[in-house]
This record gives sequence, structure tokens and C-alpha cells, in this order.
Amino acid sequence: MNDKVTAGGRFAALILSGIALSVSVNGAAAQQTLTVVSFGGSYQDGQSKALFQPAAKALGITLKEETYSGIADLRLKVKAGAVTWDIVASGSGSAARAGAEGILEKLDYKVIDTKDFLPQMATDYCVGGDVFSTVLAWNTKTFGENGPKSWADFWDVKKFPGKRSYRKGVAGALEPALMADGVPPNKVYEVLSSPGGIERAIKKVRELKPHVAVWWTSGAQHAQLMKDGEVDMITGWNGRFDVVAKDGAKVAYTFNQALLDYDCFAVPKGAPNKDLAMKFLAEISKPQYQAEFTKYITYGPTNKKAYDLGTIDAAYAKRLPSHPDNAAKQLTINLDWYIKFEAQAATAYENMLSE
Amino acid sequence: MSHPVGPNAEGLRRDALIERLALFSLTGPALLLVTVTMLLPVGWLFWLSFLNDAGAFSLEHYHRMLVQPSYGRAFRMTFEISFITTAICIVLGYPLAYVLSQLPRRAANICMIAVMLPFWTSLLVRTYAWLVLLQRQGVINSWGMKLGLWDTPLALVHNLNGTLIGMVHIMLPFLVLPVYASMRAIDKDYLKAAANLGASPTRAFWLVFLPLSLPGLLAGSLMVFILCLGFYVTPAVLGGGKITMVANRIATDIELFFNWGAASSLGVVLFILTGIILYVASRIVRLDRLLGGGGA
Repeated sequence: MNDKVTAGGRFAALILSGIALSVSVNGAAAQQTLTVVSFGGSYQDGQSKALFQPAAKALGITLKEETYSGIADLRLKVKAGAVTWDIVASGSGSAARAGAEGILEKLDYKVIDTKDFLPQMATDYCVGGDVFSTVLAWNTKTFGENGPKSWADFWDVKKFPGKRSYRKGVAGALEPALMADGVPPNKVYEVLSSPGGIERAIKKVRELKPHVAVWWTSGAQHAQLMKDGEVDMITGWNGRFDVVAKDGAKVAYTFNQALLDYDCFAVPKGAPNKDLAMKFLAEISKPQYQAEFTKYITYGPTNKKAYDLGTIDAAYAKRLPSHPDNAAKQLTINLDWYIKFEAQAATAYENMLSE
Repeated sequence: MSHPVGPNAEGLRRDALIERLALFSLTGPALLLVTVTMLLPVGWLFWLSFLNDAGAFSLEHYHRMLVQPSYGRAFRMTFEISFITTAICIVLGYPLAYVLSQLPRRAANICMIAVMLPFWTSLLVRTYAWLVLLQRQGVINSWGMKLGLWDTPLALVHNLNGTLIGMVHIMLPFLVLPVYASMRAIDKDYLKAAANLGASPTRAFWLVFLPLSLPGLLAGSLMVFILCLGFYVTPAVLGGGKITMVANRIATDIELFFNWGAASSLGVVLFILTGIILYVASRIVRLDRLLGGGGA
């Protein structure tokens, strides 16, 4: 009985506060509200402090931040016609597929200025926010500082004996295999798009299979594997290795032949404040915001101008994936290839893994 | 029906009916819950598995399972692992339950807490704990090498071994509990009678105790086996990406195809295969009871 009373009271209070809220929103019509959703954790903390809050202040708007687990959540909202988010943070690949699927708005590049962006990091549906690399990392206890230098070395189990770990998913798994097979980086996607290209890459991975102790599935996992000294050589995302190295893990990595990829921001189809979202994206794509974000995690800016401001320490800048010296050594992920071939490649990859 | 009794009988019948309905209505909430949270969603997923991306009727999700060998292998691995885990649980769990059932109640209850304790700990925590114990520089390998038992680290985890260790650890209580309960229910006088008729303790165990405990053992084994079929976390964490059970494959397909149908078709096939196994097993159990009845 008592419970009922309090529940009823709470409900009434909720309605009252709802009315109060709508009144106050109507009262302050000038103050617009924008809802941004990202992945949470230290990543979103950095985004919030470096990008979201300062940009909201600069535009004089109210910002609401939410957390989600990926594009699948957005798909449900769009399909149900209940979109409450204006901007979503996403991996480049998921955003590309979501764009192709029609659940994102086209971005307005008359508003968002990307002329100083790295090539391919602003697409119709998604504007790059930070750059990361899929790198070759090794256990410095096993190989010292003179570890493997290339994917050919990763495959060379005679010169570099030891346990490997490789990605269980197909994303970023075929490119290194082709490079190890002698394909020059600028020809990798050409080969992968031609008939027999996927099979050639998979054959190369199959060659390495007996030496792969663990097929990793997440960034947290590949970082932990190196921290525990479970394997001697691994592929993975550079920022994660930096974090565990700071924690004392014996791990080093090279940007040579790494895969340059990025996280981006997109606007869901039917976003309540679409025009404001474009303005907000234009704001956080400015170099000074991106430079600030690097202070929180070793992911680089997509806007090259961020390096020219002088706010990123020169020595630290050299450790970021999108630093010109590092970017030059890498292969940029080709999203068009993934849109066209990922399902087919993933099926073939699963077959190889289950053999 | 004779006339004078008529009205009375009518009233009694009505009362009985009302009482029966009232009793039945008690199942209402549970029935509603099961319908809303189980039958409807499962039926909906079942339906989705027959739709393609465009929303038209299609068998493409089932076709894919036939054409791509990785699906068949995931099913085979699921049943193999479930079978092996069940077998290991029987070998470890039956003697344990037997010892517990022979102890005085109080001692047995204390020992039972030891069996139940891991049961109350989060599955995720236990799975990661095994990772810490079994990995290359983990507790077991580092101690084994320090004591000179082996020279190079044993591959205890990130493979089938690790998955089985983790799964057996989780499933053991599910076997021990029903087996223990059925053993406790066995009348000790039967064993005394066997001894009285000249059977040695071993003979009495094989001829009397074991057959009487079989229904519990079968129930426990079946429960372990069925629960194993749906394992996701343990193979994902301890299998090193080499152990792909159906649940893991469902997760992969959801991420890859962004399509409920592609994933739910796997669930439908697993559901049907499990149903067949349950049916077959229930025939065997009944058969066993018939045989037991015939012998007595």
C-alpha cells in the first residue's frame, strides 16, 4: 500500500517535472538542444572534454550526451521511426555500411569544411573524427626492440619464431596477408577486388594458421594478450597498445605497412535537429578541437591542420597514426571495397577458420 | 441422475468447476509471462528466418547454412563439445554425488555448499579466472615449470582444452544436484536386502544402486547437455577464436549481416536439433523405466 502511494507520488512528480521542463524549454526557445551519442568509456570522456562541450559552448547550444554500443542500436531507432539522436560516433566501416543501407543523412559539406582533411576521411555519410592504425606489434621480451618490420616478417616463422595472434574477423585481416605475399601496398585493393584476390589472401592466412595461438575479437582482448605475454606477435589498434605499454606491458609496434583507419561522426536519418548537427560537425572538425582530443588518447586528427597549430607536442605528434611521416608508411582502409566485398570475404574467412 | 439429488449435484458440479477455474487462473500470470516473453518473440524470430533482406519469403538463410561449410562445422563442434563436457561431468560428478549421498546429512550439507559455491559466482568471473590460471604465463604453467614438471608452457587455454575445463567447471553442479537428490531417495533397505541375499558391496552397487540412480543421472546429463548447446561466453573467452559454437556464430552473423533472419535461422536449426535429441532421450529414459519395472 505504502509502495503504491510513493509510486503514484513519483509518477505525479514526473508528470509535473515534465510539464515544468517543457515550459522551460519553450521559455528558452533560443537555447537549442543537440543529442550526441558515442561509445562511452575513456574514449567518450576525451571526446566530451575536447570536442563536445567546448563546441556546444562556442555555438551557444545545450548538449545532451548518450552512450550506445554500435550502429545496430541506431538501426532499431531508425526502423522504429523514433530517432532522438542528432549525431552518432561510429567506426568508419559500420558507418559506410549504414550509409549504404540508408539509415544516415547525407552530410552537408557546404557547411562542414574538410579541405584540409587526410584523403578519404570524409565520405558522403560520415566525417572523420580521429585516426587510428591497425599495426604489427610484438613482444619486446621475445624480440627486443629490433622486432619484425613488415608483414613478410610477421609471416616468417623461421626468422621470428613465436606465437602469433591475428584477428578473428575479416576486417583488416586480408590486407596484411597480401602484403606478406608480396603485393605492394598501393596494389592491395586492386588485387582484392579482382577475381581470386580474396582467395589469395585467405590462402596466405591459412599458411599462418598453425602458428596463430589466439584469434582476437576485441581491442580490449588484444591489449590484454600483450600485457599477459600470451603471444609474441600480434595485430591490433595502436592506441590500445600504448595504453598497456604505459601499464608496463612489454610491447612495441611499427606504423610500417599498417592500415590507416578512422572513427567518424554521422547524422541519423530523421535526426530531430539535422541542420544544427551539420553546424556542430563543422565546429568539431576544426583543427583546434582535433588537436585537443589527441591529449586524451593516441589517436590522431583527421584534419592535417591540427599538426600546424603547435598545440600538439612535436615528439608526441610523431607517435600519432595520422602524423604525415607515419601516414606515408601506411595503407588507408578502402571503405568502398568493404561495402562491396565484406560479406563475401567474411564468409570465406569463416570457412578457412573453421577448417 | 435421480431427481431429488439433481439440484445438489448441479451445485456441487458448478462449485467444482469454479474451483478448477480459479486454480487454473493462478497459472494466468505465468502463462501470460511465458506467452509474451517467450512464445511471441521466439515465434517472431522463427518467422523472420524465412524472410530475406527485402522482406519477401525466402529460404536463403537456410540455403547459406547448407552451402557454406563453416556452419555445419559450428553445429558439429557444438554437439561434440556438449557431448564431451557431459561425459566428463558424469565421470567427475557421479562419484562425487555418491560420496555425498553416503555421508551423514550434516556433513553432506556442508560439502554441498562447496559444490554450490562456484554456482553462485558469476559465470564471467569464473571464465576469466580460468584464463588467468591457464594461460602461457599463468599460475599453472609458471608453477609447473618452476617445479620442473614440464619445460615449455602447455597449451591449456585458447583451444579446446581450455573451453572444456571452463565448461565442465560451470556445468558440474547441474549434474551433481539431480544425481545427489535421486541417490538420497534410494531406500537403504534395498542395499541391505541385496547384502542379505549374499551380494558383495560392489555387486549390490552395480545391480541395485546404479539402476535406481539412473533416472537422476539421465536427467542431470540431459540438463548439462542441453545447457552446453547454448554456451557463448566460455568458448569466446577460453577458445582463442578456434572454438566456434552456434551461439558464437549467431553473434558473428548479427554483426556481419545486420539481419535478424540470418541469425535466427541458426537458432531455429539448433532448436529443432535439440528438440529431436530431447525426444529421443525421453524415449530412452522411459524405456529404461520399463526395463527397471520388468526386473523388479
